[in-house]
Amino acid sequence: MVAFTLPANSKITDGKSWPAPSGAKRTKTYKIYRWDPDSGATPRVDTYQIDLDDCGPMVLDALIKIKNEIDPTLTFRRSCREGVCGSCAMNIDGTNTLACTKNMDDVEGEVKVYPLPHQPVVKDLVPDLNQAYAQLASIEPWLKTTTPAPERERLQSPEERAQLDGLWECILCFCCTTACPSYWWNGDRYLGPAVLLQAYRWIADTRDEFTGERLDQLEDPFRLYRCHTIMNCTKTCPKGLNPAKAIAEIKKLMVERKT
Amino acid sequence: MSLRTPLARVRHLGSAKDGTHHWWLQRVTALALVPLLLWFVISVIGMLGADHRSMVDWVSNPVTAALLILLIIATFYHAVLGLQVVIEDYMHDRVARMAVLLLVQGLGFLLATVGVISVLSLLF
Repeated sequence: MVAFTLPANSKITDGKSWPAPSGAKRTKTYKIYRWDPDSGATPRVDTYQIDLDDCGPMVLDALIKIKNEIDPTLTFRRSCREGVCGSCAMNIDGTNTLACTKNMDDVEGEVKVYPLPHQPVVKDLVPDLNQAYAQLASIEPWLKTTTPAPERERLQSPEERAQLDGLWECILCFCCTTACPSYWWNGDRYLGPAVLLQAYRWIADTRDEFTGERLDQLEDPFRLYRCHTIMNCTKTCPKGLNPAKAIAEIKKLMVERKT
Repeated sequence: MSLRTPLARVRHLGSAKDGTHHWWLQRVTALALVPLLLWFVISVIGMLGADHRSMVDWVSNPVTAALLILLIIATFYHAVLGLQVVIEDYMHDRVARMAVLLLVQGLGFLLATVGVISVLSLLF
């Protein structure tokens, strides 16, 4: 049943406050979720004042500045800083997105930064995504064939290749999956939008010879059909992709092979 | 505590290879309910102020009775399919979920049967 009382770690307290450096003319306030599993304390929200004249434009720039110059204990994942690795996915200003491509000018007032919702927190802004990664592995996201490998490339017409547009661009940041209420309630059995978009990426690939088996693996009241077209996935995707459409295409193929 | 790997937990009992039928019928019954409900509401409005006799005469027409029975079946079928989704979404205890599912499906069957028999009793 749905839990109506929240666990102890859901009660967040006000944390420490770091004022802006003296002489800062333009400042931005960051409210950042902090939780250290070793401290035994409940999570808190720390407040940092950033000097905008001494900081890059993106939210990730501010986080790196905080870690380098203000508070080295702040923990977060980041790598490419240009929206292709998916490491810095977090909840910024109430929406899951990538800190590296989120311009802080797009946030009015305080910038609230939380980890991706409804996942176990490892520390501060680092969520535990092991379940989502296992779900990705479960759909076997690689080309599968029984025809022996050809001497040269496996060919596709330009039209067949075009069917992968809007799918291959996914960077697996799991912003969409962790924005989906259906995944929040049934994430242990529902695969979630990111993994279903990946599943469709291989179903739609004309070079793959295991389309039917892939559909077999997805045809399940929970794995696929927990999607109730809530559309949070499409709304939040920082790459502008449409996981809901990919899921709808899978459902269409499920009906097509029965009729 | 379970020491199963994350992949084993995700694969769990495997795919049920089911769900498409449920999903498809939920949409088919929804589509069927659009004309059936329009017909029903318009017919009932058309009989505002009519006496019991003319109501019975209306239901006694075989076409009306057939449409009424289809409306009743589609309504309860659609309702049970929809409630099943809500129950599966929010109830996570396996035994309680099965019990509530059976209760809802049983109630749906019962009410639909009562509705159909009511129409038939007016028809014959």
